[in-house]
Amino acid sequence: MTADTSSIRILPTGAANIASVIAALARQSAAASLVRSASDIDGAEGLILPGVGSFGHAMHTLRDAGWIEPLRERLTALRPTLCICLGHQLLSASSDESPGAIGLGIHPGHVERFDAAERAGLRVPHLGWNTVEADPSANCLEGGAAYFANSYRLLAAPAGWQAAHADYGGRFVAGLERGGVVTCQFHPELSGLYGTRLLRRWLAMVEGGVRC
Amino acid sequence: MLTTRVIPCLDCRDGRVVKGIRFQGLRDAGDPVERAAAYEAQGADELVLLDVSATHEGRQHQLETVRDVRRSLGIALTCGGGVRTSEDARELLEAGADKVAVNSAAVRDPSLIATLAERFGTQCAVVAIDAARTAEGGWGVRVTGGREQTPHDAVAWAAEAERLGAGELLLTSWDRDGTQQGYDLELLEVVCARTTVPVIASGGAHSPEHMADAIHAGAHAVLAASIFHDGHTTVGTVKERLRGLGISVRAPAAATQKDQPA
Repeated sequence: MTADTSSIRILPTGAANIASVIAALARQSAAASLVRSASDIDGAEGLILPGVGSFGHAMHTLRDAGWIEPLRERLTALRPTLCICLGHQLLSASSDESPGAIGLGIHPGHVERFDAAERAGLRVPHLGWNTVEADPSANCLEGGAAYFANSYRLLAAPAGWQAAHADYGGRFVAGLERGGVVTCQFHPELSGLYGTRLLRRWLAMVEGGVRC
Repeated sequence: MLTTRVIPCLDCRDGRVVKGIRFQGLRDAGDPVERAAAYEAQGADELVLLDVSATHEGRQHQLETVRDVRRSLGIALTCGGGVRTSEDARELLEAGADKVAVNSAAVRDPSLIATLAERFGTQCAVVAIDAARTAEGGWGVRVTGGREQTPHDAVAWAAEAERLGAGELLLTSWDRDGTQQGYDLELLEVVCARTTVPVIASGGAHSPEHMADAIHAGAHAVLAASIFHDGHTTVGTVKERLRGLGISVRAPAAATQKDQPA
């Protein structure tokens, strides 16, 4: 499995475990470099939107860099883009985490805190390996156990997207997929063999030049 | 469902894994990269890697070790030991850590926890607490690798750490560390009752039964070092036994139909 080594770009949205993402890609012989300018977002064959930290802070970073419009264009065109954890949430319209902050709005979802889980006595953050169930028709997402680290989640999958779900005090969206865009609330780079397989399938889509 | 995590701990000094009893009398326990890869293959859910030298030279070694371990590691890695500032944390994250554990420096300056949570996110900020029983029947906080007692109450400190933004607590019983006598279950019960973030039980594990006890006491993850380093058992064997004891643990991933032949 070898994607063109110059074709994968990672959007630095502030502090994130980017080293782990780069290492996971390197193990699949895919070299990745950071996005330096807005044109990199359009030019990359495969783009990764990682992210830890807060929803509002990440959107602020994207806005300051002038990256929101090229990123929205890329996502709207369903070009190969892998959005991890907070990256998955940023496609939504808004989040409880940062009231008033406007998300990328690729779909109209709203991200909410694990409040029902907390009421049920479950610990937050939701931390560790949880079971993922995916729509059988999804190309990239599949069932298995994946590693999560999140306090917020999207409750319902938007129309037009294939989805994967997990349960923590109630069902929530573990991943979304449409064309070349794959989003996961979990961390494929920290999900062992399960995550490796997802990365391989996504890299294969990048190589295949998926455009829907 | 969310499964219980089994977490091997690599205490490192000068690029080698070491292990002692109550943090003293350290003996060699192998190469960190080899140990890390072996534990992942055995089914470890994540790893903790702590620099126990706490010297400047040790920190440089630690960054190298983290880089080397990360190259092959496909599971979460928490790194700590001698983290004094958010810049120290950034260096560890850039080297390949996913979470950073703070201990002594956070006791001396609790605002470090808030700074880490704000800069890197709550889920990245792990507060490690070395708790030691006191003559009064409670638990005190020890710092500087367990060598120094503080006037702090460990249970109150755990609650305060959570309030400041800790996303996870790594709770080590200093009394039990390396003794293989089982976790301090009373400590776990009291701390879990006072907090709402996940708590990792640490210090004293010798058997899967000890781990099951810790989970029943409220722990969400169990950490162990000696039993894995000594080669008496594997993570896989421990998880199989835990499953037999009714604890939900992650099964190893298997190939699926979505995989293309390489």
